[in-house]
Amino acid sequence: MDDTSYVGMHYRSEDFNEERPNRYTIIRAQFDKWFSRKVRDAGVVLLCETTVKELLRDTHGKVIGVKTDRDGGTALADVVILGEGVNGLVGQRSGLRSELKPDSVALAVKEMHFLPREVIESRFNLKGNEGVVIEAMGTITAGMTGTGFLYTNQESISVGIGCIVSDFAENGTTPYGLLEAFKNHPSIKPLLANSECKEYAAHLIPEGGYKSIPELFGDGWIVVGDAGQFVNAVHREGSNLAMTTGRIAGETVVWLKRRREELSKANLAEYKRRLDETFVMKDLKKYRKIPEFLHSNKHVFGLYPRLVSAAAQTWFRVDGADKLTKEKEILRSFRKGRSLPGLIGDAFKLARSWR
Amino acid sequence: MTGMVETGVLGAKVEEKLFQNRYLVDAGRPHIKVRPHDTPSKALRSLTYTCPAGCYSLNDKGQVEITVDGCFECGTCRVLTAKTGEIEWEYPRGGYGVLFKFG
Repeated sequence: MDDTSYVGMHYRSEDFNEERPNRYTIIRAQFDKWFSRKVRDAGVVLLCETTVKELLRDTHGKVIGVKTDRDGGTALADVVILGEGVNGLVGQRSGLRSELKPDSVALAVKEMHFLPREVIESRFNLKGNEGVVIEAMGTITAGMTGTGFLYTNQESISVGIGCIVSDFAENGTTPYGLLEAFKNHPSIKPLLANSECKEYAAHLIPEGGYKSIPELFGDGWIVVGDAGQFVNAVHREGSNLAMTTGRIAGETVVWLKRRREELSKANLAEYKRRLDETFVMKDLKKYRKIPEFLHSNKHVFGLYPRLVSAAAQTWFRVDGADKLTKEKEILRSFRKGRSLPGLIGDAFKLARSWR
Repeated sequence: MTGMVETGVLGAKVEEKLFQNRYLVDAGRPHIKVRPHDTPSKALRSLTYTCPAGCYSLNDKGQVEITVDGCFECGTCRVLTAKTGEIEWEYPRGGYGVLFKFG
């Protein structure tokens, strides 16, 4: 995207209308209610409105439970699975992992815009339970490393934008100012027309990737989800990584319990061994160099979108200029914007980080 | 919420956005505190524009103040000032804080 245009790639397929669709947009407040009912049906005791303050350890340092903010609120356990999210205060303050770094975590702000289902369906060409996801990058992040997003739900549209926290601090832009500008971009504004905003939210997203993954297990504990940095920033995947790491943690513990094995560090290493075999670790490892590439090559978010957009405009505009002249103008604009060695160097760096 | 309200590039008032949200405020027990200081560091001062809820503002002495009522508990301020240690950050007591209607 530049300030007035966008160049896009679309993919739509009837094949996605399967018996069991492969991806969903969900509203967490609703999903969490549904999921907690499922786990309670399975016999789990849920303690809501309770904040865990710290881990409890025995004299050998093995984790044996948690201390909460309830009166006399300690809970003992054979194993503590820490799914405490991106901030992960309990694990951090217990020395299981270090504090997040401002340059490897993103701040995303999001609004929920409501429209009648028929309006969303006609505006986005949808039928049944189909949905649309739009990811956008370019001058909308004001030179910062980040992306904008928009996705449809049945009766609402989620729209937001996120950038690296240290970029926000250096740039001086407010997150809500950036979101307003994105919503007012000529290619986004008509999609939201006449909608009613019912919530504004903000969240951190751990984007350090493979290199920021902390210790994942120890005597009596395992880490899952955002607390373990399980986010694939390139593909904008996080919920599925959280679900997968949670499932594998559960399966590992059940497997060890059935074998009557101790939940020691050595035995819980099985969790990591199993994770290494899944897409979670394989993908994060594949993209291990990408976070650094994106953070240190701001051209990707400013210069290149501008150049590509200008090239598309030159190419598509019918103005009497001949096509060869247009081609030369496009090439000239690229070489002027970023010298030939610069262009080749960026392509080479991207290719190397991608592998 | 009180204090100065930061406005965005298009004059977007964060205050107006926060009206949509639901909170249960733990009155008199703010979960985030700014430690007493004379001059804020660059990191602390940056919170006056990086906080997505506009909770931080400068007082007339040039010190950074916080009103936690609109807080999302996102952690941006904690991450930015982790090195300088200028704020104390806890989650609200169980049951209090932001209640996401949709999330």
